[in-house]
This record gives sequence, structure tokens and C-alpha cells, in this order.
Amino acid sequence: MRKLFHFHGGIHPPSNKTQSTQTAITSAPLPTKLTIPFHQHAGETAKPVVKVGDHVLKGQLIGMPDGFVSSAVHASTSGTIAAIDMQLIAHPSGLPNLCATLIPDGKDEWVTLNPVDYRSHSVAELQQLLRMAGVVGLGGAAFPSDVKLRIGKQKIKTLILNGAECEPYITCDDMLMRERAAEIVQGAEILRFMLDADEVLYGVEDNKPEAIAALQQAITASKSAQQNKSHEVIAIPTIYPGGSAKQLIRVLTGLEVPSGKLPTDIGVQCFNVATAYTVHRALAHGEPLLSRVVTITGNVRKAQNYEVLIGVPINELVALSVALSDTNGYIMGGPMMGVPLHAMNAPGPAVQVPVVKATNCVIAASAKLFPPPQPALPCIRCTRCVEVCPADLQPQDLYWFAQSKEFGRAQAFSLFDCIECGACSYVCPSHIPLVQYYRFAKSEIRAREYDKLLADQARERHDYREHRIEREKREKAEKLAAKEKAAQAAKLAAQPLTPQQQTEQAELAARREHIREVAQSAVEHPEG
Amino acid sequence: MFFSPFISKPDSVAQIMLKVILALIPGIALYVWYFGPAILVSITLASITALATEAAMLKLRNRPIGPFLKDNSALLTAWLLALSIPPLAPWWLVVVGTAFAIAIAKQLYGGLGNNPFNPAMVGYAVLIISFPVHMTHWLAPQGLVLAELSFAQQLQYIFSGVLPPSLTLDAISMATPLDTLKTHLHLEESVQQILNMPIYGHLGGQGSEMVALGFLIGGLYLLASRIISWHIPVAYLGSLFIIAAIFHLVDPTHYVAPLFHLFSGAAILGAFFILTDPVSSPTTNKGRLIFAAGAAFLTYMIRVFGGFPDGVAFATLLMNISVPLIVLYTQPKVFGKKGKQS
Amino acid sequence: MLSALLVMAGIAIVLGAVLGYAAIKFRVEGNPLVDKIDAVLPQTQCGQCSYPGCKPYATAIAAGEADINRCPPGGEEGIQKLADLLGVDFKPFGGDTNAPKPKSVAIIDESTCIGCTLCIQACPVDAIVGAAKQMHTVIASECTGCELCIAPCPVDCIVMLPIEEKISNWKWKYPVYTLNAVETDRAAEAALQRTNGRAPG
Repeated sequence: MRKLFHFHGGIHPPSNKTQSTQTAITSAPLPTKLTIPFHQHAGETAKPVVKVGDHVLKGQLIGMPDGFVSSAVHASTSGTIAAIDMQLIAHPSGLPNLCATLIPDGKDEWVTLNPVDYRSHSVAELQQLLRMAGVVGLGGAAFPSDVKLRIGKQKIKTLILNGAECEPYITCDDMLMRERAAEIVQGAEILRFMLDADEVLYGVEDNKPEAIAALQQAITASKSAQQNKSHEVIAIPTIYPGGSAKQLIRVLTGLEVPSGKLPTDIGVQCFNVATAYTVHRALAHGEPLLSRVVTITGNVRKAQNYEVLIGVPINELVALSVALSDTNGYIMGGPMMGVPLHAMNAPGPAVQVPVVKATNCVIAASAKLFPPPQPALPCIRCTRCVEVCPADLQPQDLYWFAQSKEFGRAQAFSLFDCIECGACSYVCPSHIPLVQYYRFAKSEIRAREYDKLLADQARERHDYREHRIEREKREKAEKLAAKEKAAQAAKLAAQPLTPQQQTEQAELAARREHIREVAQSAVEHPEG
Repeated sequence: MFFSPFISKPDSVAQIMLKVILALIPGIALYVWYFGPAILVSITLASITALATEAAMLKLRNRPIGPFLKDNSALLTAWLLALSIPPLAPWWLVVVGTAFAIAIAKQLYGGLGNNPFNPAMVGYAVLIISFPVHMTHWLAPQGLVLAELSFAQQLQYIFSGVLPPSLTLDAISMATPLDTLKTHLHLEESVQQILNMPIYGHLGGQGSEMVALGFLIGGLYLLASRIISWHIPVAYLGSLFIIAAIFHLVDPTHYVAPLFHLFSGAAILGAFFILTDPVSSPTTNKGRLIFAAGAAFLTYMIRVFGGFPDGVAFATLLMNISVPLIVLYTQPKVFGKKGKQS
Repeated sequence: MLSALLVMAGIAIVLGAVLGYAAIKFRVEGNPLVDKIDAVLPQTQCGQCSYPGCKPYATAIAAGEADINRCPPGGEEGIQKLADLLGVDFKPFGGDTNAPKPKSVAIIDESTCIGCTLCIQACPVDAIVGAAKQMHTVIASECTGCELCIAPCPVDCIVMLPIEEKISNWKWKYPVYTLNAVETDRAAEAALQRTNGRAPG
């Protein structure tokens, strides 16, 4: 048995996972319309490459990656682009973002697919293929996978496949591992090949024995000898947030990703199991990322996992599982880190937002399942938050600094090492929305740093402008002087002078010269 | 609109405080068993005063009264203070002490969670400085004094200061074991001689050692239910034991054995219930060890070389002052900032 | 007595010498305080402080000639930062200083612009591009919102638009504390009265 390591803290919230693992993954039917955001990934928004009215095929590129950290966006089915405009998306701000509205024609007609054998391509080519296939991390952060595979000269020893799925309620990775383990293992082998990693570790929490068994079977059944040797499934203790990348790396390898650095800096890279599956589909089948598995659970009649096209309105999706009558809202993601889809106590239109690449779960909420938070009392410094913090922070101090807006001290106390897992808020006996304060403080600090950057640039431009105006003035004055001199000389030459006039002129010129010299020296040596 | 996390552990400040209060009950039960029910009168008196003062102060400060009265923190302060005051103390002493603790030491600093000092210990310190004589009228364990008061007579004395005609105060009360030890050491008696006096039991004072045992049981419950961490009680009692042992080994005729120190006065109560007050103690584990060791050192010094009968209260207050400094210098390493990695 | 005096005098002489030496050895050229103040100022170069730019205002503050509450773009937070930096008390906006406005950028109505270049000359941070008789445009990301271009425009084709909240610049809000029941109750009561007042009957 491999030696496992611990990270500090962690909590054991009720897992509520069995409700949605009773039925196999089902394909959700085609909706009446799809809303496909152009910004579903971390980084720059993709650039629309279709026009309103265009007919598109399933898998056709509609958004071109724009910038180094960016990814492609595709039409999830065949149909007509009805609009390209600002639509509501699942974002805590409740603000709209650029989306394409696609009306399906019902034919679900594919573009021509180009499957490739990854062994016959260079790593750089594979990266480009993944980028154009819109493959991003499906664990939640939606970071473009090709960027994570650009590792430079770093030697990667361990590739970690994250199947921990530590958040309560969510089971999409669990079901994917149970049903499609072989493809996950093949995808993992592609990733291992691209990174040239020595070993592949699948970290799966020990509350998913079926998934562990399925992966093990898939590895044994795999034809490649390499795979049998270097791939290993590891059951890790069930504890939240054991599925957070840094914490998982710590548990499996004992290494700690240094603050502000990347896992690759310590020779480790981490991908979600669903991402590995998508990588396999993108290369071996040529299919861009058009759908994903989404758990529909919570206050519904029949909780289960669906294979859902990107862009399906969440309300149509939830309708498949039939939300119960006392449903008062929805959560996209898990109950610890998810995004509320509208004010929980007043059902609103926000539930019509589309499923995106990062959508792993939709939970129907009710007052019984998710009671509204109790009013917060003052912090009594009981340090239960310290005990559970997986980043070894002092949440009570960070809270103090954030609520008094002492952002400098918050940063000095490592605010940016907080992973916003919510464990501190979960245990707080005073019911203080701690994470909320950290989010506030972080975004204020970021905004301030950006403002500072702008101010510094403005200062630079202003200084340059002053300098330029000064120079222009000087040049103008010099030009004027030269002109005057030339005019005078011309005048002199045109009009013959008497000798007396000439001496007077010379005297005048000498005197002027002398005055100028004196003035010059006075300017140069003000004290003298 | 509220945001993630959407679930939380069913726990509250009121429950934590209530569990601490419940943990005091074994000690109080033994107190009643050995010293009679007078202590219950002071606890009741202190509780009423604490709640009334808290409500009045919250009203003056224009803060919501309901949630704060229900958080049980004022009750806990009242109980701890009542346990530090002689049961036969006049009613106004309890009232003044509790009112001061709540109004000045807690609410004027900003109420729950904002008091730098332990309110109960501030109340005690004020009383022992202002009314030193009243604070020495401790009850003797039953069977040790010439006369005993009935509960009715005790009540009468507490509320009116009138004793039954045949009795004097000296006949019914006595100094604490720690105080007696100190007084007799000044009379050039040896520790061994003094400990042979009838007020001493196996470990500490007769009766009071059993009360300390009761608090120890409550303290272990707090540890087991993870309301407090082990750092403060272990470091406090351990340091007190070691310091006392060193002095005892050097000169056993003048310095009493370490176990006596643990089971006398408020050492056990302090270790589990007073020093562990989360608001006024350090938040880091290393800091807690330093804080508790410092408190133990000060307790011993005040007990043995100082002028007050017990040192727990002043040791607590003095260490309370240094908490921010201790916390600042005992910050644990953050994830990703450990080891030699830059 | 005499020895004590001598000791004190000796200490005074030694310390004085050390201080004098340090003053020469660690002498700082220029005025670092002006730069520190300038770093706090928002660099809009708007002149609302009555000085011709941020640097002159910083110099005036450092010289003790100007108050710290004369910079509306910096907001109250800017005043607080200056107060902290200079170790003086916070001073609210008041008197002849304008109240702070939401951050805005200038927009040129391109159909009205006659290409006179007056705004280009007025812009303190070179955020307007264009040439004579050509239409001008504001580079939104470089505009500091100083409003200095509005007055010179002969055809009034420049307007200030507050910066719109987008997902890219959205910020998490300060968590709402529902603790102060006394106040919230009052607010709720007031709201109730308002709605009651409006309700028909």
C-alpha cells in the first residue's frame, strides 16, 4: 500500500451522494434553444466567428480562442444562430455576458470529424488540437487544458487524475468513472504522454468503491503494458476539501505546492478525471467539448446524472428530474462552493442560465435542505475555523482584517492562500459568512492593484507629456530665435550701413551677447 | 441573496457556552455536598445581575438584546465569578462584582468577543482589591468548625449581614487552605506541621480538593467534546506542577508539594474554565502553550511570594494583556510556505 | 552631583555627534515624501485640487500648504491614506472641493466632432488620439476621467460616462451584517410605512 499524507483541517459534511447514483447517466433531450457563452473558461473571452442567421453544424467552431489563456467554443448541435448578445450566465454578480443563442434544427448533424492518433503527433500539435477542441478543466475552474500542458522545461514526475469529488451532492465524476473508466484511462495515458510523466495516480475518495474498482479494471484491461505499470488508483480518505488540487497533491505525494507557485514547479500536474475523458474524446474521436455530465439533485423527485449539451437552459434540465413544489432556488455546483442561481427566497429568472463547461451539478434548494443563514454574532475567537482550514490560515484574523478593511494586513496574513473552500464558514458557531469577507477583501485588493497600475501608467504618460511640452516649447523658442537672427541678417545685408552705424551695431551685439552670457551663468549657478 | 457555503454545522455560540456551564455542575454539586447550599445563592444572584446588566448595557449601546442575552456568555461569566467569591459574602458584593464584570470588563470593550480581559477575573480582581476583608470569609467544610449555620441563617446573613446572636463570624468561617498555609509559614512553621491541621485533606484542603476534582471531571468533558483544546489546561497544570516541584525539591520545609498547588485554590477551575476563555486567550496552539505556562509561573509566584491568597485571577489578567503579542509571534506556517522551499 | 552632570553631558555630546553624523551620512536627496504622497494620489491630473496636477498637489501637501481633503477622485479612502501616511487626522470633503463622483471615462460623439484638436491638447495623459480635421477618439483604458477635455470642446461633443459594471470588473460586495436588529427593524418599519402609504386603502 502506498503511504498517504495528510493536510491540515478539513470537515465531514453530510455527503448526500447516494440519491443521484441509483440510475445510470442518461442523455438529456435536445432543448428548444441553447445559449452558449463565449466565456466559459478561465482567461480571455473567445471571439465570435459566426454571424446571426448562420446555420451551424454540431461541433462547428463558433468562438475562436483569443489570447494565450483562452479556449474555443463550439455549436453543441446543428441549427441556426438566432442572436449573439449579452445574456445572463451563472455568475455571482448576476450580470450578463456575451452569448450565442442557437435554435436547434433537430437533425443533430455533425461536422466532419478528424480523429487523430496521439502517438503520431508532436506535443505542440496535440496542445493546439486540444485548444481548438475547447478542452478545459471540468472540475470547476475551467482552466484551458492546453495551457496546463505547456510546462516548458519542467520535468513532471507525477500526473494526478482527480476523481476525489469531495463536495457533497455531486456525483458526476463518480458516475463517469463507473461507466466510462476505460476512456478515462486512455485519456490519462494521452496526458501522461504529453507531459512525459513517470507515474499516473488516480486519487479517488474511499466513499466511491465502485468507481475505484472500475478504474482498476480498466487499467488491468488496458492493452498498453506501460499503462499497467505506471497507472495506479489510490483510495484517499473522504474529507472535504480533499479534492482541491493542492490538497490532493499533498495527500498523494506528500509535497506542498509552494505559495504562489504551480504544481508543475514541484514536478506534479493535476487533471480532473472528466477532463481526461474529454481529452480522449477530442483526440481519438475528434469531438470537441460539446457536452458534459451534470448531476441534478437536491429537492427533486428523481436525482440522477445527465449527459447535457453545453448551453442547455438549467430550468429545462431540472424539469427532467422534476423539482418538488417547495423548491425555492437552485445552486450551480456543490453546497460548499457553488453559485446561487438567484435570490434563494424569491424564485427569479436566473435559473434559465445555460449549462456551461464548468457546470458539474445543479442542486434544487428548499428551506429544509438549505435553511437561510442565521444572523451572525461577533467572533469569539474559538478557532474552530483554524482547526478546519486546509491552508493552515488563521481565518478569524483574516475576518477581522477584512471586515475592518485592513487589506494590507490581510495580505500579510496570507489572504491569497485561501482557497475559498468554505470549511471555516461551515463550522463557525457565530454563523459569520467568513468566505464572503475573504471574497470581498480579495476582489477589493485586486481592484486596488489594478487601479494602482492604471494610476502609475497615467503618471508616466503625464510626465512624458510634460516633458514633451517642455521640449516643444524650447524647440519653438529656438526656431523663433533662429528666424529672427536670419531676418536681421537679411535686413543688414540689404541695407548698407555707415561705418558709425556698423560700430554701433557691433557694440550692441556684443552687449547683448554679454547679457545673455551673464543670464546663462545665473541660470546655471543660481547660488553664484 | 446569500452565497456559498449553503450548509453549516449545527453549532452555535449559545450551545458552546451552555456546554461549558454544564461542565461546571459536577464541581458545584461537590461544593454543595461539602460546604452547603450557600453557593447556589451566590450563583443565582450573580446570574440575575449578569443578565440584567447585560440587557441594560445592550440597550444603552443600542444593540439587539435578544440574541446576545441568549448566547449564555453572561451566565458563564456570572457562574465563574460566583465560584470565585466566598459563598457567605454579602449579596451586594456579588452584585457589584458581577455588574462590574459585565458592564465594564465586557460591554464597554464592545461586548461579546471584544473583551481583552476575562470579565469574571476582572470582577474578582476589583472585589479583592476593594473589599479584601469580605473576600476572605470562606466557609469551612462541614464538620470542621464549632458552629454551623442552617440554610435559613446563611440566607439571612447574606442578605442582611446579621448572624444568630450566639455566633461570631470567626466561628463559622475560615481562611482558604492556601491562605492558611501562607499565614502559618510566616509564623515559622514547617510545611509538614501545617499540613497536619484538620483543614487539609489528602491533596489540598479538605472538601475543596474534592470540588477541584469535580471541576477536573467537567474539564475532561470539555476536552472530550472538543470545546477546548488540550494546550492550555495541560500546559498550565504541567508548568504549575514543574515549578512547584522544583521549589519543593529544593526546600520541602518551606515549599509545599506540587500536587497541593494543583488541587488548591482555583488552579483546576482556571486551567479548564478561565484561562480557556476563547475571547481573551491566544488563537494559536503554540501561543496557548506560552500563555498557559506564563500564567502558571505567575500563579505560583503570586501564591508563594505575593500578597494575595490565590494567584489565578491576576495571572490570568496579566497574561490576557500579552495575548496579542503572543499571537503575533506564534503564527503557524501557511500551506505552501513551510519547509525550506522559497 | 558633578559626576552625574558630567555623565549626562557626555551622553548628550556623544548622541549629538551620532545624530549629526547620521544626518550627513544618510542624507536623502530630493523629497521622498512628495513621491510617497504622489503615489497615493490617483493620477487623474484633473486639477480639481486647484493645483495643476497630482505632483504639484503632492508638493503642496508635503510643504504643508494644502489640505489633504482636496482630491475628489481619490475619494474618502484617498484622504484616509494620506492621513495615515502623514500621521494627521482624517478630514472629510468640504468647503469648495467637489464631492467625489463615480469613476467615468470621456466619450467623444464622433459624428459631431469637428477635429479641432483642442481636447487632445487639454488631455493631461495623452488618452485622446486624432489629428487636425480628423475625428478624435478617447482610449477608454487610458482615460483617467479628469473632465479637462470637456470645457475646451467648441461643439460640446464630449460626455462623461460612468464605468459600467461588467463581469470582468465586478467586485464582491461587503457582506451585509443582519446583526443590528434595532436598526434593521427600524428600516423595515420605515419601508413598511412607505408601502402602506402607497397602498390604496
